[in-house]
Amino acid sequence: MVEVQIWGSLQQAADGRATVEIADVATVKALFSALAEAHPGLAPHLEKGVSVSIDGQIFNDAWFEPIPDGSEVCILPRITGG
Amino acid sequence: MPLDVKPGLEARKFKLVGTRPLRPDGIDKVTGRARFGADMSAPGMLVGRILRSPHAHARIRSIDVSKAAALPGVKAIVTRDDFGDCPDDLVDIRDNVMAREKALYEGHAVAAVAAVSASVARQALKLIEVDYEVLPHVTDVEKAALPDAPLLHDDMVTQGLEETPAKPSNIASRCQFGHGDVDKGFAQADLVVERKFRTEATHQGYIEPHACLATMASDGQADLWVCTQGHYYVREACAGLLGMDLSMLRVTASEIGGGFGGKTTVFLEPVALALSRKSNRPVKLVMSRDEVFKASGPTSSSSIWVKIGVTRDGRITAAEALIKFQGGAYAGSPITLGAMSAFACYALENVKSVGYDVVVNRPKQASYRAPGAPMVAFAVESVIDEIAGQLGMDPVDLRLVNAVNDGDKSSYGPKLPKVGLRQTLEAAKAHPHYTAPLGPNQGRGIACGFWFNFGGQTCVSLNLNVDGTVALAVGTPDIGGSRASMSLIAAEELGIPYEKVRCIVADTSSLGHNDITEGSRVTFSSGLATIEAARSCIQVLCARAARIWDIPPEAVVWEDGHARPAGPNAGEFEPMSLAEIARLAPKTGGPIAGHAEINAGGAGVSFATHLVDSEVDPETGRVSIVRYTVIQDAGKAIHPAYVEGQYQGGAVQGIGWALNEEYIYGEDGRLQNAGFLDYRIPVASDLPMIDTVIVEVPNPRHPYGVRGVGETSIVPPLAAIANSVSAAAGVRLAELPMSPPRVLAAIDGMKAAAE
Repeated sequence: MVEVQIWGSLQQAADGRATVEIADVATVKALFSALAEAHPGLAPHLEKGVSVSIDGQIFNDAWFEPIPDGSEVCILPRITGG
Repeated sequence: MPLDVKPGLEARKFKLVGTRPLRPDGIDKVTGRARFGADMSAPGMLVGRILRSPHAHARIRSIDVSKAAALPGVKAIVTRDDFGDCPDDLVDIRDNVMAREKALYEGHAVAAVAAVSASVARQALKLIEVDYEVLPHVTDVEKAALPDAPLLHDDMVTQGLEETPAKPSNIASRCQFGHGDVDKGFAQADLVVERKFRTEATHQGYIEPHACLATMASDGQADLWVCTQGHYYVREACAGLLGMDLSMLRVTASEIGGGFGGKTTVFLEPVALALSRKSNRPVKLVMSRDEVFKASGPTSSSSIWVKIGVTRDGRITAAEALIKFQGGAYAGSPITLGAMSAFACYALENVKSVGYDVVVNRPKQASYRAPGAPMVAFAVESVIDEIAGQLGMDPVDLRLVNAVNDGDKSSYGPKLPKVGLRQTLEAAKAHPHYTAPLGPNQGRGIACGFWFNFGGQTCVSLNLNVDGTVALAVGTPDIGGSRASMSLIAAEELGIPYEKVRCIVADTSSLGHNDITEGSRVTFSSGLATIEAARSCIQVLCARAARIWDIPPEAVVWEDGHARPAGPNAGEFEPMSLAEIARLAPKTGGPIAGHAEINAGGAGVSFATHLVDSEVDPETGRVSIVRYTVIQDAGKAIHPAYVEGQYQGGAVQGIGWALNEEYIYGEDGRLQNAGFLDYRIPVASDLPMIDTVIVEVPNPRHPYGVRGVGETSIVPPLAAIANSVSAAAGVRLAELPMSPPRVLAAIDGMKAAAE
């Protein structure tokens, strides 16, 4: 089981929830599929591009990054820079 | 890739990493041989020029180019009609590159000409007839957010609200971050301080204007030479806007005379390609300084409200911010990054930051080093400073009470990995600067800053030459000495001298995709790829030695630049150097190389603490920076001189932003100071020597512990300088730039209030 935190202004796309519990996801790709299925409003945001934090490490476009069971996972706006 | 840790050792011992050899591009740059964007020519080359809107906001009723097209020497003219449908994510880019129904800011491109000479091109621009319907304009972020403001986009409906608004507005989106209950937190506070702040837009101020040379043949194959931080992005954007296959466009990054985030998008490049396609000739386009100011992206101006509550012993109970950024004429200011980073230095139970992205009649903003963070840090760290003063606490101690530690929940959501803020604060307190005496009219300021850093897609190719030298090709333009750093890393891994490695920035047809040089990512990401490429090359080297010795490959190890037999059954052989194995490569299987294609994750966040002494002339309001110290966590400094250069550069740009730089608009919506005489960046005579301290708290997701360093250094200066000037002047300065008239007005206001 992984508890996924959704950042503030994306929560409305997740039916108003700040956290979503997702079972049996081993990778970022599986997580995105499960999130989009549970909360279809999130799908366009995930498709457009977000960053994912797994236990504090931030990843962009890393479908196959492992998500250890019990990890802290956050969906964040895409991190870029200058 | 995890941190290299050998049993019994706290950290890896390096031979070359951490030394300060000369940069490979240094001689070319100091002798004028380096080729920048405008330095390339081609046979039959035409000169391009762009016609720009004189109006801040105007409907373009018609564009008549017939007289210009008839002028002898004019070979091609392009307008909005030459840029058709494109992918959704490029629509704003397209419309910014060439105005469509409306010109949305003074300087917005309306048409472009390619001619046999600059004089003919200029004449042609005068012959283009544009029929404008001038519209009301707005350039101020607060005014643009009002319901009755002139509307830039009829279809802009604010995103991110609980209920979708019925009417369009200039507010593109709202974002929110945080956790806990700020109202409850403020109720627990013994002291609450709140204040409003404003910052003006500033330009990245790179010395080299945008420039490119485009060549498109009649079969559609095209080459583009361009000064950019991201030639792969330039290829994607241009191909998308012009309907080309990526393989038909080869983009080569020139040397770059500064970028700082401002060269992470396209302005001229699609126009030059369109002109070349139409004329069937090479076309060079170079911006004037006036065009750079009016038509390339500065950063956002901002309006920020911050409220922080603390207990008597300095523990923050709640922190809240409301942030408005204008990002020019299109959505996309760095508001999310600004709102996320606002309180990232502190471990908070109750925190909330809300941001609004607002459009105005100004040029579309572009990234500028740690986009969004410096302005917000200015506001937050000013309030922290004010709280320290009211509590009678040392400002470093107040920050230490609240500073984030490893594993704390960050204000933007995730728990933090290994971080080094506390170490920078402790280094600041221990630095002689912190306790040095101050002179008359002088004040000392301190501020902290945070930046995310990121990794991203990266390719590296490492080719071993038969003489034992190495050709290292990376795909990330070198904006801060990265060729030297990559050469150091390759030499360290291979066990050969630094001078034996030559690093180049390859074109888009020579390596797979590389993300833009941005996000302080290159030393981290290209460094990771270089390590992987070198280690892959070493595997081949060991395999070749094993075949020469006729022993199993696993019986060979790589040590100090040599293959050595190892293990009980390896046999007795003289170690073979890299050069010896390279010399035999033609007979042992052919060329030897290593390469890596990665999407680097796990870039470590970084923190900095800055100390500043300033002196205020009470008669004129002029501020002089008399001492400046940057203390920042680099994780591991590969080339300390260039890390220090990044620290110093961030401080210097911050000094300009804090004291002098601003976009000044007239009532007509036109920029009043589009040149370096009236837009004053700091020069050497304005500056003290910037002292630096490199703190090294290793990033556990990099074999050497590297974190990005390029952006964090510009986050604290605005606040540190404001705190210093406020201490010197005796009055809180909450608006940037702190130019002499503004400082004098604050001092006069304080005196008037006291009377």
